[in-house]
Amino acid sequence: MLVHIIPDLLSVKTRELFLKNKAAELDREMGLIRTQEETGRHVRMLTHEIRSTLDRHTILKTTLVELGRTLGLEECALWMPTRSGLELQLSYTLRHQNPVGFTVPIQLPVINQVFNTSRAVKISPNSPVARLRPVGKYMPGEVVAVRVPLLHLNNFQIHDWPELSTKRYALMVLMLPSDSARQWHVHELELVEVVADQVAVALSHAAILEESMRARDLLMEQNVALDLARREAETAVQTELMPEQRLMVETILKSSNLLATLINDVLDLSRLKMALNLIKPIASVKRLYVTLSMSPDLPEYSVGDEKRLMQVLLNVVGNAVKFTKEGGISIAAFVAKSDSLRDPEPLNFFPIPSDNHFYLRIEVKDTGSGINPQDIPKLFMKFVQSQPLAAKNSGGSGLGLAICKRFVNLMEGHIWIESEGLGRGATAIFIVKLGIPGRLNESKLQFVHKVPGNQVKPNFSGLKVVVMDDNSVGRMVTKGLLVHLGCDVLAVASGEDCVRAVSQEHKVVFLDVSIPGVDSFEVAVRIHEKFSKRPDRPIIVALTGNTDRTTKENCLRVGMKGVILKPVSLDKMRNVLSDLLEHGYLSESQ
Amino acid sequence: MEVDQLQRSFLEYTNSLFREGFLDGQFGQLQLLQDESNPEFVFEVVSLFFEDSERILNDLTLALDQQNVDFKKIDAHVHQFKGSSSSIGAQRVRNACIAFRNFCEGQNVEACRRCLQQVKQEYLLVKTKLEALLRLEQQILAAGGVIPMLDS
Repeated sequence: MLVHIIPDLLSVKTRELFLKNKAAELDREMGLIRTQEETGRHVRMLTHEIRSTLDRHTILKTTLVELGRTLGLEECALWMPTRSGLELQLSYTLRHQNPVGFTVPIQLPVINQVFNTSRAVKISPNSPVARLRPVGKYMPGEVVAVRVPLLHLNNFQIHDWPELSTKRYALMVLMLPSDSARQWHVHELELVEVVADQVAVALSHAAILEESMRARDLLMEQNVALDLARREAETAVQTELMPEQRLMVETILKSSNLLATLINDVLDLSRLKMALNLIKPIASVKRLYVTLSMSPDLPEYSVGDEKRLMQVLLNVVGNAVKFTKEGGISIAAFVAKSDSLRDPEPLNFFPIPSDNHFYLRIEVKDTGSGINPQDIPKLFMKFVQSQPLAAKNSGGSGLGLAICKRFVNLMEGHIWIESEGLGRGATAIFIVKLGIPGRLNESKLQFVHKVPGNQVKPNFSGLKVVVMDDNSVGRMVTKGLLVHLGCDVLAVASGEDCVRAVSQEHKVVFLDVSIPGVDSFEVAVRIHEKFSKRPDRPIIVALTGNTDRTTKENCLRVGMKGVILKPVSLDKMRNVLSDLLEHGYLSESQ
Repeated sequence: MEVDQLQRSFLEYTNSLFREGFLDGQFGQLQLLQDESNPEFVFEVVSLFFEDSERILNDLTLALDQQNVDFKKIDAHVHQFKGSSSSIGAQRVRNACIAFRNFCEGQNVEACRRCLQQVKQEYLLVKTKLEALLRLEQQILAAGGVIPMLDS
């Protein structure tokens, strides 16, 4: 009887096992299908994300992050060809935050293998492009690499390889986690290939846009320069130019020399109101209010470059109108005082008015879209578009503020922008130095081409000064500057030496206040204590490599008369000493 | 070589250094300070810069090799380097130092080592260029010419 039961039992068991295996297999396949579906969804999302941005950096970063997440990668990296085309440079990785220029030659067999096919290729974890993790005792995961075609924009020539087409590729390398038994599945490889193609398309769009923006900016700059030049020439000649004359003038004036000079003429400050008449119509179309308030202590007439002042004002106000959708613009003009500690960005030197000059301060406040404080420094750089890409119709060339800054600097002033953030409006502030007519040394008021600083050479010969800077190179340069201006300079490296060496004969002490770990303000206090009688006290001026509110506050608190931003130019140093002289802090030495 | 040719090479070379961003306006200032009473000023400052930089780079390499890296000390060194390169107009070195200081704040040793490489590279580049420039100056002087001034 048993003999009959056992085969039956056996066959039941066998069938049971068979069914169990089948069920497990189906489970696995279900899991696989589900994964594939999910991955498909991820790819669609990723494609959407990278195609919605035109910023190359975002495209590449997003790709790596999403791929890493979707495929559970240990590391994902992108190698870009260098400009010469002879090497691949590690440009982006997922895990290491900022790779710095690791390169491999492009002619490696593994790279050629990957570049010759549009498929994702499994490569050895020991190949140079895959050695991205620190060495350790683990089994590295499987690695695949795929090519990413780049749009061929520049005319760079590859001389040495006739067999390779002129197509440029980047290399994307993807690594599975180490010490796992995971292997690359076919559907994962397909996903990688699809993503590589999408990235290529997105990058080419971004590249085309970059190129066209650059070309447009170049054209705009040339137009601006030509326009300025033409208007200068026409004014000088007082008539309309004949076509050949215009061509000649334009050719000659194309160099930017003209942008570097100032024309000093009588400036009627009430003409600021005129500037508004140009802006009001545009503002009213947008239903924005424009108000102007001029402080009563402003002189009626002053000496300065009217055209350029107007240009700066119009540019700044124009920007304010452009970026404001509702509300309006308030413009305030008044005489700048040196007690404006509320300014987050201090001037290179305090605006100390004298008998011959005053500082005009204009603030343009708008209720517009505001600026992220981190973007503010970039605003004054040429061609950098700091507006987020969402604000697509920014339209500007990115040049206006850079030119404004140049003009304001020529007028020995400062321009900056304050904003509490996006959506909180912004205030543009500029301060310029203007002359008081009738009291200037130069009585000529026509076209005097004055290059700031070079005309009047004040006499500093024999002026005894001390320089304290712990940086030997900086010390030598500052000393050289002052010696060149005729001073008798004692240079020291430490606060101790400084306090010891300063004597009654020294008129000015330059202290570097940006040395980490050294309290130069204490040095200033001790110097003041050493000379308790006011008339003999040397004037202390701060030299610093960084400008921030605390530094400026501390300088004022210890009684310093000025703050100079390093590196110091000859003109700046000359102006500083001149200002101290004019203000009566120094008497002219014999 | 003719003095004119040497002077022209000098101007072209200097202009190219400005264009490529190796030097900025501050270097022009140094050249302004060179005159009859101070005929070797640029050479002296540049030599001091080389000495100073090499010392700082050594100190940085040592500091980053320690078991316990002292980021404060490293920041102080980089600050020095930033100051001296900025005083001489070595723009790219200065920028590399600024980036380096940001990573010091993050206290990331690997990243700092990479920054040190960058800074070293930029320094060596500008050193080569400055040495070539100074050699040209010497040649001009030896041929009896004067070193031409640049329009900034």
